[in-house]
Amino acid sequence: MLYREAGDFSTTYREDNQTFPIRFDRYRYYAVMLIAFLVIPFFVNDYWVNAIFLPFLIYSIAALGLNILTGYCGQVSLGTGGFMAVGAYAVYKLMTAFPDISVLIHIVLAGGVTALVGILFGLPSLRIKGFYLAVATLAAQFFLVWVFNRIPWFYNYSASGQINAPERTFLGFTVTGAETKAWVAYLVCLVFVTISAIVARNMTRGALGRSWMAIRDMDIAAEIIGVNPLKAKLSAFAISSFFVGISGALYFSVYLGAVEVGEVFGINKSFLVLFMIIIGGLGSVFGSFIGAAFLVLLPVLLKNVLVGYFGWQTDVAAHLEFMIIGGLIVWFLIVEPHGLAQLWRLGKEKLRMWPFPY
Amino acid sequence: MLSTTEGYMTPDGRQIGGVVMEMKNITLKFGGVTAIEDISFDIHEGEIRAIIGPNGAGKSSMLNVISGFYIPQQGEVFFRGAKRAQLKPFEVARQGIARTFQNIALFEGMSVLDNVMTGRLTHMKAGIISQSLWRGPAEREETENREICERVIDFLEIQSIRKTPVSRLPYGLKKRVELARALASEPKLLLLDEPMAGMNVEEKEDMSRFILDVNDEFGTTIALIEHDMGVVMDLSDRVVVMDYGKKIGDGTPNEVRNNQAVIDAYLGVSHD
Repeated sequence: MLYREAGDFSTTYREDNQTFPIRFDRYRYYAVMLIAFLVIPFFVNDYWVNAIFLPFLIYSIAALGLNILTGYCGQVSLGTGGFMAVGAYAVYKLMTAFPDISVLIHIVLAGGVTALVGILFGLPSLRIKGFYLAVATLAAQFFLVWVFNRIPWFYNYSASGQINAPERTFLGFTVTGAETKAWVAYLVCLVFVTISAIVARNMTRGALGRSWMAIRDMDIAAEIIGVNPLKAKLSAFAISSFFVGISGALYFSVYLGAVEVGEVFGINKSFLVLFMIIIGGLGSVFGSFIGAAFLVLLPVLLKNVLVGYFGWQTDVAAHLEFMIIGGLIVWFLIVEPHGLAQLWRLGKEKLRMWPFPY
Repeated sequence: MLSTTEGYMTPDGRQIGGVVMEMKNITLKFGGVTAIEDISFDIHEGEIRAIIGPNGAGKSSMLNVISGFYIPQQGEVFFRGAKRAQLKPFEVARQGIARTFQNIALFEGMSVLDNVMTGRLTHMKAGIISQSLWRGPAEREETENREICERVIDFLEIQSIRKTPVSRLPYGLKKRVELARALASEPKLLLLDEPMAGMNVEEKEDMSRFILDVNDEFGTTIALIEHDMGVVMDLSDRVVVMDYGKKIGDGTPNEVRNNQAVIDAYLGVSHD
C-alpha cells in the first residue's frame, strides 16, 4: 500500500524525466545506496567480499556494458571475455609503465583503450547483423585471447605468461595486490558500479539511448528519421566496451590479482555475461544488476545448500547448476525475453493496484 | 498544367508558394525491371500533393527515391532550389524531409513518447559527456524537445497513451503515432505512404482531418500516396497519376478525374 503514485504529480518535464518518478522508489533507492556505502563495509569479511560482493559488482559493470550493446542497440556480441581481457591487460601495462599515477585513473584509461578496440571490432556491424555479427565478435574473442597469450610484450615477458597486479595504494589504502583489505576492494568496486550505472542510465534515457533503441527495433526506420547508423552502432560498441573494459580491469587488478588470459577471459566468460543480461533483462539497467546477482548467487547458494546441507558431492551440485542455468535461459527466452527486470516491473504494476485492483 | 515556379491560388482560397521539390526525368531500374520511367513532377510549398496509381505503378519507389533509399539511374532531384546530391536516408531527414511507411515502422520496444522523441533526434546535439551526466545542454535539450513533442502529441490527441509501449497499441493508433513521430521533426516536406490503408471510415475521417490540419496549421508541404479515391480527391490540391512506372496524368483532382488515360488505367480499356 506504500507503493503508490497517487499524490505524486510531475509539474515539469524535468521531474517527469527522472529515473525514479515514484516517491517510494526514490526513497528505496536512497536507502539501498546508504546501506551499500555506509553499512555493508563495516560488516563484510573476506569470504563475503570474495565470493559474492566483488564478483557481483564487477559482473554488474560487464553486464551493463553488454546490455548497452545487445539490449539497447540490438547488436549481439560474444566478445565480452575478450574485451574484459583488453581492460585487464591495458590496466596491467599502465600500472607497470606509470607506477606513480593512481590506479583508479589507470582503470578508467583501460576502459578507454577497450573502447577503441571495441570500435575496431564493431566495424563489421555496419554491414552484418544478427548471427553473422555474433560470429564476427566471436572472432574478436578468440583473436584477443590469442594475442594476449602469444605476444610477450603484453605480459611484460614474464616467465609464466601470467600477469600479476603490483601493489598500488589510493589515499593510503592498498587497493591492489595481496594486502588489500576486503572492505577497500568492495568500496572501490562499488564506486565504479555506482558511477557506471548512473552514466548508463543517463545515456539510455536520452538522445543517444533513443538512437540505439531505434536501431535495435527497426534500423531502416531509424535511418529515415535521421539516425546515422554508423554513429549509433559505433558509439554503442565504444561505450559498451568502455564499461566491459573497466570491469575487466577491476576483475584483474582488484579481484583476482593474477590472471592467465585463456582461463579467466575465455569464451565461457562471454557466455556468462550474455546469460546475465538474458536472465536479468535485455534493455534494462536494473536487469543487468539482477542478472549479475542471480548468476553469482546461484552457484554459491547451490553449493551451500546441496553440498553443505544435504551432503551431496561437489561435482553433482556443479552439474545441477549447469542444468538449472540452461533451463532458465531457455525458459526466459521463450516466456519472458525481458527477463527478471520485466517480472519485477509487472510485480510493481500489480502492487500499484493492490489491494483494490479495480 | 502548372509548370511555373510561381505559386497559385487553390479553389478554397489558400495561397500556395513556389516549387519546393522538383523531380526531373527520374528513371529507376531494378535489374531488368523498370520501376520508374522518365518521370518529372514538382511539389509546391504548402500544397498537398497526391501520388496515385494502380498496384505496382511505382508510387512507393518514387517516395523511396525522394527519401534517399533508392538511387535513380537517371534524373535529378531539386530540393529548395538546389540540386540535391545523392544523400543517405539520414542526411535526407536532416534536410527536413520526414515520412511514414506503408507498413507501420515504429519502434515497438519503446513507449509512444520515446517514439515521438526519436523524431527530434536530428535536432539534438548535446555531447556525450553532457548526456552521460544528464546536466547542461543534454538536460536543456531534452526539456525543450519534450515540449515540442508534447505539442504534437496534443495536436494528434494521443496524450492518454503517451507512456504506453507501442507494441500494445491497435493499428489505427499506431498509424497516428507514426504521423506524430514524423511531425515531431518539424519537416518542411512530409511524405505519407498510404496513411489510411486498412482503416475504417471513422479512422479515415480522423486521419484526413489531421492531415488537413497539419497542412493548415503548420503550413507543412505534404506528398501522399493513397488508394482511396474519395480521400485523394477531397484532400489533395494536385495529383500525379502513375501506371507501370510512367506518369499518365498530372493536375488538379478535377483535371485528373476527366483524363482519358487515367480512366483507362483504372477502369481498363476495351479491346475492340
